Amino acid sequence: MYRTLADAIADAEARGITLGRLALETEAEDQGRPVEEIRDALRRALHVMNGAVERGMEGDLFSSSGLVGGDAAKLRTGPPGPLAGTPFRDVLARALAVQEVNAAMGVIVAAPTAGGAGVLPAVLTGLAAARGIDEEQVVDALATAGLIGAVVAERASLSGAEGGCQAETGAAAGMAAGAATEMLGGTPSQVGHATALAQQGTLGLVCDPLGGLVELPCVFRNATGAAIALAAIEMALAGITFAIPADEVIDTMGEIGRNMDVRYRETAGGGLAATPTGRRLAKERLYDLKRKT
Amino acid sequence: MVSLLDIIGPVMVGPSSSHTAGACRLGLLARCLVGGTPERALLELHGSFARTGEGHGTDKALAGGLMGFRPDDERLREALEIIDREGLDYRFEKTTLDDDAHPNTVRITVERGDRKSVMVGSSLGAGRVVVTEIDGYPVSVTGNLHTIVLVAEDVKGSVARIATILSDANVNIATLRLSRKSRGGDAFMVIEVDEQPGDDLRDAIRGLSWVTWAFRLDKVSA
Repeated sequence: MYRTLADAIADAEARGITLGRLALETEAEDQGRPVEEIRDALRRALHVMNGAVERGMEGDLFSSSGLVGGDAAKLRTGPPGPLAGTPFRDVLARALAVQEVNAAMGVIVAAPTAGGAGVLPAVLTGLAAARGIDEEQVVDALATAGLIGAVVAERASLSGAEGGCQAETGAAAGMAAGAATEMLGGTPSQVGHATALAQQGTLGLVCDPLGGLVELPCVFRNATGAAIALAAIEMALAGITFAIPADEVIDTMGEIGRNMDVRYRETAGGGLAATPTGRRLAKERLYDLKRKT
Repeated sequence: MVSLLDIIGPVMVGPSSSHTAGACRLGLLARCLVGGTPERALLELHGSFARTGEGHGTDKALAGGLMGFRPDDERLREALEIIDREGLDYRFEKTTLDDDAHPNTVRITVERGDRKSVMVGSSLGAGRVVVTEIDGYPVSVTGNLHTIVLVAEDVKGSVARIATILSDANVNIATLRLSRKSRGGDAFMVIEVDEQPGDDLRDAIRGLSWVTWAFRLDKVSA
């Protein structure tokens, strides 16, 4: 797979193909498998994503601590806000839905991780539904997202314990922004700008879950991560460019992650986890949890 | 090399690729050491596994793995109820292993019939795992490939003999590591292979007079 988005964008443009197609062909070559087999695997992943979105929307799932759950359904059926009836609100609902399923030990696709699993399905399936885009194009977009994620894995990190939440929901936002930009007709170069725009908006984001569990704020970080991806897609498709190339923004994320204090890397030692309420909730809910089991 | 399908995947039961999917894979590897679902197991959780394991379902995932459930199997959620129903005796304890042990480490003692084995393994993140110790022998098994582990007397030509058996079965060796505690003592062999070895192959290796025991660890990655 590619180690720089710049090389991938240059190759795709020179050959007049999408980054998704380039990613599929490169993966097929790397793995010695036919392109259709890779697409089949991605299609299966998409079906699991769709299943998680639907399951989470029902609103009856709660995490074992009870700290999260039931909120995706509120965006479906709750009172309207300024974004009522827009794809934006639907994408937020889908992001919460997948992450609520994850917190309740349901089946999800870790893309790139379980903690950041809500962003990509929310953005891709939400926008595909809004625009009537068929399944095969969404499968191609997953390949684009995989290519972007592979570059992040090579250059920075996809682990909250290593790089904070910027490496999980932040990377997911970059992947979703780039992939959806291509799905909506953007050029490879616009994909690069969308990725950079989304990733820059999450730089420095810490991983500070209460009690170290993938619940709070993780569920909501997926929704806000999806919102940042939508902002980046809108800007990139409008022709807005970001002067720092995506590869360098990704490198910056890696550099910030390496210098991030360990308290902000999934250890529950800082951030929201260390607030008075965060500590109290973790103690009450997790203590009860331990007595139960 | 990073694969597209590592990034868009694995399909798994939440909430954590390291604490849930990785834990399940360690359980799947441990069950292979006794050739099936263990009747008794002691799971000693270290570090973050001990601290946040219950909330992440690490206990359920480990128990499910021991029973042969894969990381995407929804039965993982009810694994603790299932072990009770099946009359399996699995106990969980919190422990502190070495200070330099990976934060997500578990020592698993499994018993089935007259076979008993102890394994130490860690979950490295994104569902990747490594087994670092089997029955006191230091190893490095990732479960990314099918693996054969065996203990044999330290006799000359043992590697050649095993290689021939594998080759005759049309199984290709990817990696082979040989270690021993002392010269002339038991030799411990870890062989990663591309094709899934069959029971006949395992039995052929077990049939060698100088092989003390041999087990097949099935591939656990997606």
